[in-house]
Amino acid sequence: MYADMVTARHYEERLQEEYLEGKQPAFDISAGPIPGELHLAAGHEASGAGVCQHLRDDDTVTAPHRPHHVAIAKGVDLKRMTAEIFGREIGLGKGKGGHMHLFDPEVKFACSGIIAEGCPPAAGAAMAAKKRNTDSVAVAFLGEGAIDQGAFLESLNLAAVHDLPVVFVIEDNDWAISMPKERVTDVQDGSQRAKGFDMPGVRVDSDDAVAVYEAAGEAIGRARDRNGPSVLELQVHRRMGHFMGDPETYRSDEDQDAAQARDSIERLAETLRGHGVDDATIDSLREAAHDRVEEAIEWAKEQPQPEPEAAHEDVWVNPPSGVTDTEPEYDLAGGDD
Amino acid sequence: MSKQSQRVERDLTMSRGMVEAIAHEMRENDEVFYMGEDVADYGGIFDSTQGLLDEFGYDRIMDVPISETAYLGAAVGAAQEGMRPIAELMFVDFFGVAMDQIYNQMAKNTYMSGGNVSVPMVLTAAVGGTYNDAAQHSQTLYGTFAHVPGIKVVVPSTAYDAKGLMHNAIRDDDPVLYMFHKRLMGIGWMPAPDGPKTPVPEEDYTIPFGSADVKREGEDVTIVTLGLHVHRALEAAEQLADDGVDAEVVDLRSLVPLDTDTIVGSVEKTGRLVVVDEDYRSFGVTGEIVATVADESLAALDAVERVAVPDVPIPYARPLEQEVIPDVDDIAAAVERTQ
Repeated sequence: MYADMVTARHYEERLQEEYLEGKQPAFDISAGPIPGELHLAAGHEASGAGVCQHLRDDDTVTAPHRPHHVAIAKGVDLKRMTAEIFGREIGLGKGKGGHMHLFDPEVKFACSGIIAEGCPPAAGAAMAAKKRNTDSVAVAFLGEGAIDQGAFLESLNLAAVHDLPVVFVIEDNDWAISMPKERVTDVQDGSQRAKGFDMPGVRVDSDDAVAVYEAAGEAIGRARDRNGPSVLELQVHRRMGHFMGDPETYRSDEDQDAAQARDSIERLAETLRGHGVDDATIDSLREAAHDRVEEAIEWAKEQPQPEPEAAHEDVWVNPPSGVTDTEPEYDLAGGDD
Repeated sequence: MSKQSQRVERDLTMSRGMVEAIAHEMRENDEVFYMGEDVADYGGIFDSTQGLLDEFGYDRIMDVPISETAYLGAAVGAAQEGMRPIAELMFVDFFGVAMDQIYNQMAKNTYMSGGNVSVPMVLTAAVGGTYNDAAQHSQTLYGTFAHVPGIKVVVPSTAYDAKGLMHNAIRDDDPVLYMFHKRLMGIGWMPAPDGPKTPVPEEDYTIPFGSADVKREGEDVTIVTLGLHVHRALEAAEQLADDGVDAEVVDLRSLVPLDTDTIVGSVEKTGRLVVVDEDYRSFGVTGEIVATVADESLAALDAVERVAVPDVPIPYARPLEQEVIPDVDDIAAAVERTQ
């Protein structure tokens, strides 16, 4: 868990450095080695690590537009994910998806850039597990800004009606871009939404990775034991802007300082020390994580760009060319015409 | 107030032109208000409401929950009550989460009520790519919205047009979709080409829908386009002039209604038609314009070319995106093929 968290934090710090290259002094979103939007999740690490600790490769995770910490904790191939963010041919999506659209079917990870739209597919993965009678589960991550979206509320109802093995994890970082929580919803906690669908809703109010781990264990265990869906809300914090380049003029200095002060990673290190883990072990975990990140970034940058012509591929699995030629699964009866 | 127009001495960015029209209409009519995500403190992610909060406050520049079905539908309801709401879809790509309210309510209520209900609202939406934001944040979707009957669809390409079209949109008694291209707005972090920043009069004025604008006159070929690609077409026309090809550039400015007369008149003069669109090629703007000219004046057509996004989602990586979004060279090459 600690390794996942320090990997994610260092990864984001390094991505930020790479991203800003070519965007100084004037910030041009389309310049530099990583163009386009970049949503970093510094301050969210406890959520990804604490939840995914309970998940296996055959469990499905859907993440939103701020996906890196969850992807790392779920075991997504770090090198190929990095290559995707750099837009390389060997990236997870051959350079077609970018940082908000990472798909790693090996570990059943996906993410989407549209708010709350990962919830229905997670319910669908849970439906498949139930129909196939396996004990896999699905987890949908969403932000607190997404709890007012139809896709989330409809998915809660569907999961409740069909008793689906899915957990909806709300990462509450207090901000929907520039809109504070209290301006867009009247409930104190997003986990209260669960009551309306007659399922458990639990909130972890701290940045304590251990508390997250315990609460997630209960929720995921419930799903795995076929005791139905639930909502888990985790208080995280946004240490950076909504996206790189966000001036955050709408945010008070106090709020930013508070976010910087609450560091779940340092907190977990303290907990580990309290349990007799020595500094040398903690340092070596952190150094190994840093090395892994550096290796992934260096490797990704050396990979070739895609050929422009590749833009025309992968729209279809079975490309239509006039007539779609599918192999019949059975011998057609009738004549030889 | 003198009726005489002052000579304009100031250039505005496209976002400033758009915001100026909104501010003017809000001062004139208490029942005009603006709803959207991050439109208050932030001033619109693409500067669509920059500065309006200070003057009008949170009650009229409303941040709303991430609930497009609810707040776009609420705009429909408020409009049907006679108010004049403006509601923003942050990226046009997010249309799916509210498509019923747009396509089945906003667009059709006037018709289904036999003309007894009007929906005088403006739906604003940021469109377009060219900055590597991938398949869910880079579409224009012009054809998607122009396809359904009942929505007027407007696409400005300059500050002057943005202001006049916005005045018209707010005053219009029908739903108007106002699609602004991010690359044209003059946002600090997304440099615009030189073209969209234009002189803009201080006073209010309207640009009627269905009045295409000939942005460059020429004799040899007609390039019909809209949005960002007006500027790319103008640049291509400059290049072509060096080769002795004189291109006319027609900026549609609105898709619904469509100014067929200007398009057909231009093609009758030049005999050659190139349609340029940042939307997908199939079943879209390019096919519609070509079919319209063929319907109206088949004999005038000596050559036709379509330049659009081949039917693939917008890819992320720079070389891939540059491959699919038409650029100046693609337009120039298409024109050359018509000569």
